[in-house]
Amino acid sequence: MFIVKHRRIFYTFSIILVLTALSALVFWGLTFGIDFKGGTSVEFSYSVSRPSIDVVQSEIDNLNFTPSIKGAYTLLPTGTNEYTLDLRTLTDEERSELTAALSANVANPVEIKQFNSVGPTLGQEAATKSMIAIILVILCIVLFLTFAFRKVSQPIASWKYGVISIVALCHDIIIPTGVFAILNHFYHGYQVDTLFVTAILVILGFSIHDTIVVFDRVRENLRNNNGIKNPKNFEEIVGASISQTFVRSINTSVSTLLAILVVYLVGPVATKNFALTLLVGIFFGTYSSIFIGSNLLVTVEKWQQNALAKKLAAGKAKK
Amino acid sequence: MIKRRFWAIILILVACLIGYFVYASETSSSQFKFKLGLDLNGGTELVYKADLTNSTSSASEISDSMNTLRDVIERRVNMFGVSEPVVRVEQVGFTNSADSEQLIVDLPGVTDIDQAVAMIGQTPTLEFRLVATTTDVINAALANATTTDEKQAVMNQYFTYTGLTGKYLQQSSLEFDQTSGAAMVSLQFNSQGSDLFAQITGQNVGKQLAIFLDGNLVSMPNIKEEITGGNAEISGGFTGSAGTKEAKQLVDDLNLGALPVPIVLISTQTIGASLGHDAVAASMKAGIIAFLIIAIFLILIYRLPGLLAVIALAIYTVINLALYKVIPVTLTAAGIAGFVLSVGMAVDANILIFERMKEELKRGRELGDAINEGFKRAWTSIRDSNISSMITAVILYAFSSTSVVKGFALVFFIGVAVSMFTAVVATRTLLLAIKHDKAGRFLTFLFGGSIKNPSLRQTEVNNNKK
Repeated sequence: MFIVKHRRIFYTFSIILVLTALSALVFWGLTFGIDFKGGTSVEFSYSVSRPSIDVVQSEIDNLNFTPSIKGAYTLLPTGTNEYTLDLRTLTDEERSELTAALSANVANPVEIKQFNSVGPTLGQEAATKSMIAIILVILCIVLFLTFAFRKVSQPIASWKYGVISIVALCHDIIIPTGVFAILNHFYHGYQVDTLFVTAILVILGFSIHDTIVVFDRVRENLRNNNGIKNPKNFEEIVGASISQTFVRSINTSVSTLLAILVVYLVGPVATKNFALTLLVGIFFGTYSSIFIGSNLLVTVEKWQQNALAKKLAAGKAKK
Repeated sequence: MIKRRFWAIILILVACLIGYFVYASETSSSQFKFKLGLDLNGGTELVYKADLTNSTSSASEISDSMNTLRDVIERRVNMFGVSEPVVRVEQVGFTNSADSEQLIVDLPGVTDIDQAVAMIGQTPTLEFRLVATTTDVINAALANATTTDEKQAVMNQYFTYTGLTGKYLQQSSLEFDQTSGAAMVSLQFNSQGSDLFAQITGQNVGKQLAIFLDGNLVSMPNIKEEITGGNAEISGGFTGSAGTKEAKQLVDDLNLGALPVPIVLISTQTIGASLGHDAVAASMKAGIIAFLIIAIFLILIYRLPGLLAVIALAIYTVINLALYKVIPVTLTAAGIAGFVLSVGMAVDANILIFERMKEELKRGRELGDAINEGFKRAWTSIRDSNISSMITAVILYAFSSTSVVKGFALVFFIGVAVSMFTAVVATRTLLLAIKHDKAGRFLTFLFGGSIKNPSLRQTEVNNNKK
């Protein structure tokens, strides 16, 4: 009941978080990886020791490409002996020249660990597809929830469960995306790539999953509430449902978060940012399923009652 | 009672057998070894798009060409001795339009892009076009054209597309001109190509038919009469011993297959072998540690059911691994992350059931009833939440543009589906096998009930009944 009673505090907290995330997105923005904007990304490591960034930079600047790549690339040190270089798409000859330039020093041979190149049209396509995937997931889930809760139309209609879960979901997606924008602003290297979009979609799945568990309890308690002597009001039912599912929500999140934390700490480098996004998203996903989603049910029901009361009052006034 | 225990033992035995299969099939000779993606194994992925700017083919003709393209490239890659290459045509757009198909070539173990690109780049493109103007006009235009783009423009302006391409080539051989002794490349079309060739030559007697190789004009012989045998030859340009050598190389390349349409490389991805091995080691480590941590967590919180859940989770893991081998699923780093995630969901199903069970125990139900009731009530939320996860996985699979995301979605889907099975069948069977009809205080404690005086619980029940 505590949670339902103080719902305004949790709303405020979430609104602050979402606004912070949104302003980070607006002012700093996201950096898109080559999978979306097209281009080349090279990850290379030196077998002896990493030369200073100036040395590598001057090697790259010496390359005489048309159009020139001077100043149009980013070079970031990664790992212990590695660099990551992002630049425009290269022709076959340019690629060979670049590899040669990087390994100019024979005593300290370079190993190309990863070389990715994506054409601009392909990138555009990937971006469009990702957007479509996210929108479709959202639509399908609203439809599914409307269907799953079709028998529960009192006191609020089943499609509203769907819409509320979408509100919770936007909350869960906006926050990690904002965190990404903030991290990228301060530390670089947090690019939005297809793996990031995958992470967002997983968060989406988890968020819905968590919200459904609480809603399912509301559904059950509503059913049990029918035809008993002293029926509880909606607010009490939601409050009871939250506290009944509270332990489960925490336990599940803790075990899932532990698993992802392990992937983040000891898992492959390629999935580090992916795991980080999930950590943030699932944490706030659990938070919203407990503190936001179910509370919104109560708020929506209150709105309905107020609207109804006004209607009645207006009706009486007419008479 | 005995029957339930019998099923539990069968379940564990079957799981052990599956586990043995997973372990034993890792020998080098087995066809059921784990298939590792390029990111874990090292290798190169090349994505090509057919350059269809010059052709006016219909969508079905294009998709036909793409399949020929795949066969040609596959033959070529196989000849270079790459182990287990994957060459596939993928639909990328939403419509069946001309540029919606890509050719994806995966070359495990090849980490030198230049070598990989060259391997495929040598595949010749062969095309026959009708000459739409006089030789003088063309020569003049070609003399002015310096860049490849300009040459391309000339080609489009003065030569008309006939549809006769390398797709219809059956065989090519090296021959020598009777009189001059110069090398010639003789082409033999297949029956379809022969018909098309006869039709083109028959309808255009007196005109010139241009032969393009790799987009370059090779020769423009006059069509004197309809040619029915399906025989053509490329002559001129192969002079001296260097010319003979060149002709021989061309014959070899053409025999591996000529491309029906020119292809453009639009994306490459190369991952060094060391990076891949590091990723495998890291993923394995992450998987094992994650499993142990979850196991400890579950046992601490849920006691005996927690232990059973760990056994169910182990069963879950071996079923998943076996499915990856049998289907087969190509494992990528993202795929392994997807598996670890689905473990989280499998654990959730157990937690939902146990929490429900504990609640029922608190209300004073008998252990057996509490177990059944716990399952019954947890089922709706397990079902609904997992269906929504599966919807997400299906959409991800259908709309992803990279193999990385596809691999993730597939593993995630399998994981969620299997978790529904293990949570309901495996955990339940195990719980019921351990349950005792006259559950003592200790057993009830092990199930997470309180160890308080049972009679107290009895009064609670009575109160509830009132």
